[in-house]
Amino acid sequence: MINEGPYSHQASDTAYQFAKAALAKGHQIHRVFFYNDGVNNATKLTEPPQDDRHIVNRWAKLAEEHGLDLVVCVAAGLRRGLVEENLAPGFRISGLGQLVESGIQADRLVVFGD
Amino acid sequence: MLHIVNKSPYERTALASCLAHATKGSAVILIEDAVYAAVKGGAAEAELKLALGRVEVYALGPDIEARGMKGRVIEGVKVVDYGGFVDLAAEHRTNQSWL
Amino acid sequence: MSEQGGEKGGMDLEEETSGVVKKFMFVNRKAPHGTIYALEALEVVLISAAFDQDVSLAFLDDGVYQLAKGQDTKPIEVKNFSPTYRALEGYDIEKLYVERESLEARGLTEDQLIVPVEVMSGEELARRMEEQDVVIGC
Repeated sequence: MINEGPYSHQASDTAYQFAKAALAKGHQIHRVFFYNDGVNNATKLTEPPQDDRHIVNRWAKLAEEHGLDLVVCVAAGLRRGLVEENLAPGFRISGLGQLVESGIQADRLVVFGD
Repeated sequence: MLHIVNKSPYERTALASCLAHATKGSAVILIEDAVYAAVKGGAAEAELKLALGRVEVYALGPDIEARGMKGRVIEGVKVVDYGGFVDLAAEHRTNQSWL
Repeated sequence: MSEQGGEKGGMDLEEETSGVVKKFMFVNRKAPHGTIYALEALEVVLISAAFDQDVSLAFLDDGVYQLAKGQDTKPIEVKNFSPTYRALEGYDIEKLYVERESLEARGLTEDQLIVPVEVMSGEELARRMEEQDVVIGC
């Protein structure tokens, strides 16, 4: 669960490094759920300076390589103007139930926020 | 339980609250700005050393290095990388982020 | 966020979650209004009710301010979601734990809270935290 937007806060970076390390160790990631300002990790309008990491594309690439389910909360997204039209490839928009379901199905749920 | 703290002890009360609630035998990992709590000579050192007798304390190496604090970590605090963080989350049945 | 309570329809629950009951605890440590965390945490809590899990809410540190009586957000023109805590009972969410030390440190008493809660020591609360399957820090 990622609760902060990219660049403003390290939460998304830490979560990404954690996810990469978990995958390298052979763990499965049931889902990455973006909530609060974390929904801003999924906008395709993101254009960081050339010499910086591209947080949005980095998540999408990791998802593509490992078949990760990147889910953006619909209610939190609507509040912040994150909708299908500006959703980056690799992400999908769904309900909060997806987070609770992950809590039930996965062995561990780790929250990255502020 | 694995307790995850990401706030500097000099700005927020997350670490103090976490340590007040971490039961004997649990583990605490300091990540992001919380790694400043693990630096020798700081006002947070006494609190952390007191906790070391009761809980395991870890600090995330990449965050320590990013902040220029390498080699200045309090004795008894174990420095781990992201893989170590993952191992801790796996070893403990539950975890809690003190946001 | 509805304040009607009791509504469990409309959720398309996946087969795999049926029958599994985990202990979920939402740990609220932030004051309301200054940031959105308390409100959006409450929205997760309401959704969790539809999954028939063993849900509890812990309020400690500034989180106890979420339950303060008499919140009037009209002057700041933001949504007042504090009445929603009273609706939780209608969702079968009845385990509201408040830490005594956090109340005392803020000069609050149990009768100044908007909803019936179980006030307990930090030590007791820590024990409850250890019993959980999933702890979501909000």
